[in-house]
Amino acid sequence: MRECSICVVALLLGACGTAQRDVQVFPPDAPPENLSAWGVLRADGNQLVLHANVIPYELSSPLFSDYALKLRTVWMPEASAATYAADREFDFPVGTIISKTFHYRKAEDWRDDYFSVQYAAQEQADNSVPPLDLERQWLLETRLLVRYADGWRAFPYVWNAAQTDATLEIAGELRQLTLRKDGEVQPVNYIVPDVNQCGGCHTPDHTAGTLRPLGPRAWQLNRPYAWWQDTGSQLNHWRERGLLLSAPQMQVTMPESLEQRARAYLDANCAHCHNPAGAADTSALHLNIDAPLDRKFGLCKTPVAVGRGSGDHRYDIYPGRPEESIMVFRMQHTDPAIAMPELGRSVVHTDGVALISDWIAALPGEC
Amino acid sequence: MFRPSHRRQTILPVVLGTLLASCSKEAPPELDDAALAFQKQLQEQFIRAQPGSVITIPAGVHPINRGLSLNVSGVTLRGEGMDASVLSFKGQLQGAEGLLVNASDFTIEDLAIEDTPGDGLKINEGRNIVIRRVRTEWTNGPHEDNGAYGIYPVQVENLLLEGSVAIGASDAGLYVGQSRNVVVRNNRAERNVAGIEIENTFNADVYGNLATDNTGGILVFNMPDLPQPGHSTRVFGNRVIANNTDNFGAEGTPVASVPAGSGIVINSNDRVEIFDNEIADNDTANIIISSYYATGYQGTREMAADYDPYPETIFVYGNRFSGGGSSPDGLDLKALKVAMFGLKGSFPDILWDGYANPDKLDAEGNLLSEHAICIDNGDAEVLNADLGNGSDNIVVGADQHRCVHDKLPAVVLAAPLEKL
Repeated sequence: MRECSICVVALLLGACGTAQRDVQVFPPDAPPENLSAWGVLRADGNQLVLHANVIPYELSSPLFSDYALKLRTVWMPEASAATYAADREFDFPVGTIISKTFHYRKAEDWRDDYFSVQYAAQEQADNSVPPLDLERQWLLETRLLVRYADGWRAFPYVWNAAQTDATLEIAGELRQLTLRKDGEVQPVNYIVPDVNQCGGCHTPDHTAGTLRPLGPRAWQLNRPYAWWQDTGSQLNHWRERGLLLSAPQMQVTMPESLEQRARAYLDANCAHCHNPAGAADTSALHLNIDAPLDRKFGLCKTPVAVGRGSGDHRYDIYPGRPEESIMVFRMQHTDPAIAMPELGRSVVHTDGVALISDWIAALPGEC
Repeated sequence: MFRPSHRRQTILPVVLGTLLASCSKEAPPELDDAALAFQKQLQEQFIRAQPGSVITIPAGVHPINRGLSLNVSGVTLRGEGMDASVLSFKGQLQGAEGLLVNASDFTIEDLAIEDTPGDGLKINEGRNIVIRRVRTEWTNGPHEDNGAYGIYPVQVENLLLEGSVAIGASDAGLYVGQSRNVVVRNNRAERNVAGIEIENTFNADVYGNLATDNTGGILVFNMPDLPQPGHSTRVFGNRVIANNTDNFGAEGTPVASVPAGSGIVINSNDRVEIFDNEIADNDTANIIISSYYATGYQGTREMAADYDPYPETIFVYGNRFSGGGSSPDGLDLKALKVAMFGLKGSFPDILWDGYANPDKLDAEGNLLSEHAICIDNGDAEVLNADLGNGSDNIVVGADQHRCVHDKLPAVVLAAPLEKL
C-alpha cells in the first residue's frame, strides 16, 4: 500500500509534466547556486516534494532550533547503503546527501514582509511529513551534508521569497521573525549559520576536525515515523529497502523516563561539543548519552571558563536545585555570552528548560 | 578566606538587576549595508581560506554582529595596527566569541577586537599560534556585563603571545588554558579581573609584561577535572603594579575567588618560579600562594582522584617589592590584617594559605624540601595563614621558606616559531 502511494505520487508529478530531475552529486568545490540542482527537494510554489528515492526521517530527540520545524531526508546512490552502528552515527556511502529543511507554520497574520510564524507543541511530526504544503508552511533554509571520498561537506541554502528555490549562502543569513507560541509573541533573530559554523556543531571530534552527521544514529532513529504509515521502527523500513546493512530487527525504543528524556535532550543539544573529544572538552563537561552520570556530567562540577554564564552559581548541576544550576541558567538566557548551546538558539526553549529542571530537581544528593 | 566574603552580598543583587534589565535592553545597533557587506566578505574569506592565505583588515572601525570563525590551518589575519583596524562586536547577535579559530599555524596581528558579549579571540586546539599586537577591549571599562576572556588560546601547543593589550575582561584579559610550550611576553593587561592567567598549562614563560589595575595581576592556576594538569611556569621580569580593581567577575568562576589587590597568584599549581619582577602596591598582597581548598569551591563531594590541589615546588627570588598588603579585600582578610599588623600596618609581601599535602610533610610538619615553597628574596616575608587548621598557628617570617629549587629551563619555541 505504501509503495503504491509513492508510485501514485510519482505518476501524478509526471502527469503534471514536471519531470523529476535526477539526484546529482556535485564536486565539493563546485556546489550549484540553486538547491533544486541537486534534485533532492523540489518546490513548485504549492508543495515541497522529495525525489522518489529520497527517504525522510524523524529523530526521537531533535536539536532545538528556535522552534523551527525540520524535514530531514537522506539519499544514497543507487545500490549503495549505510552501515548500521549501535553507538555512533551510521557509516554512509560516498555520494550520500543528507538534507535538513527548516520551516515554520505560517501564523494567520503572515505576510510576505512580515514573517509571523507559529509553533504549537506536538505538531512537529505532523507538519514535517512530506510533501509540505506551502500554503501553510514557510521554508526558511535547507542545509545539505554531502559525503565525499575525503569526508562530509556542508552547504547552506536559503529559500527565496517566492518559495520556488533556495540559494547557496556560504556566509549564512539573518532573518528577523515574529514567533507566536502559546499566545505569546516574541521576536526572533533567526540565524542561518555560515559554512564554518556548520562545523561548530558537526565536528563532534574536534581534534579530527572533520564534519559528520549527528542525527542518524540508532537511538535517534529507532522510532515510528508517520510517513511510513505504520507504528514500527523506521529503521526496519530502511533495512527492508536495502538502505541499512548489518542492522538487527529493531523494536521501537524511545526515551521514556525523565532521566532518559533529559539525557536524550542533552545529547542532542549539547553533546556535539560536550563530549570527551568535542570542542567543549576544554570544560571537562561531557553530556553524551553514554557518559557516566558523575562530576563530568556536571554533578557538583565547578565551571572552568564560564564567565558570565555562571549566573553566580557554583555548580553546573546542583542535584535537587535547578534554580542553582548553571546548566539551567544558561538554557534560560539568550545573551550570546551566557546562552547554551552557543549556536542555533536565539529564544528560550521552555519545554527543554522544564525537562532539564524537572530532572535536576529529582536528582538526589548534595554538593 | 582568600575569597572576599563581602562579594556575595553586594554583587548578587546587582547581577540579578542587570539580568532583569537585559530583558528590556535597548536594541543592538543595526548594521548598515556597507557594514553588512564588509561582514559578509570577511566571513567568505574565512570560509574560502586556504593554507597560506593572508586575510587583511583595513584601517577603520568595522561593526560585526555575528561570530566569526576560521577552521583552516596556515592562515594569517592581519590588520594595520591595534588602534587602526578595529572589529567592533557591540550588538553581536550570535556567537560566544568574536573570532573563534579551530586551526593550527595561525597568526593574528595588528588589529583590535572590541566589545564582544562573550570572549574576544578564542583559539581552540592548534599548534604554532602567534598572537601579536592584538588588542581586546571592552570600551566601557571594567563591568560585570563584559565578556569573559580577551585573548583566549586553549589546548594549544607552541604559542607566542606578545605585544598585545587586554582591557576590561570580566574574567581574564590574557588567558592561556590547557596548553604547552607557551611564551607570553611584553603584553599589557589592565582593568580586567585577572590580567594574565596561565591555567592547566605546562612549560610557560611569562615575562616583560605589565599587569596593572586588574583585580589580580598574573595568575598561575590549576583546576580539577581537566584533561591536563599544569606545572612549570616561570613568571619573571614583569611589572605587576597596583592591581586593586574591585572583583567584577561572576560568582562561580575561578577568578571570583581572587581578592582585589592581588599581585601574582599561584593556585594549586606546581613548579612555579617567580623572579626578577617589580611587584608593587597590590593592596591585599604582592604574591598569594594558595590551594584549591582556599577558593571555597570544593563542596562536600570527593575531589577528583588525579587532581593535586596543593601548590608545590614554588620558588620566589630576586623580586623588587614595594608597598602592597595595606588594604586587603574581604572582611576576613581585613580583620586578620588589623589584628596582626594594626590599622596602619601591612601584610608581608607573600601570603600563603598554609594548605599542604599531609603525605608530603616531614616530621616537623613542613613540606619535604622537593615540594617546598622556597623564598630567597631579601627581607621579604611570608604570612602562613594556616587555613587548614582554622588559622590556629599563623606564622609570619621567612625562616621556614629559606630554601632553593633547581631553576626551570627557559621555554624554547619550536619550529616554525623558533626565531620569533
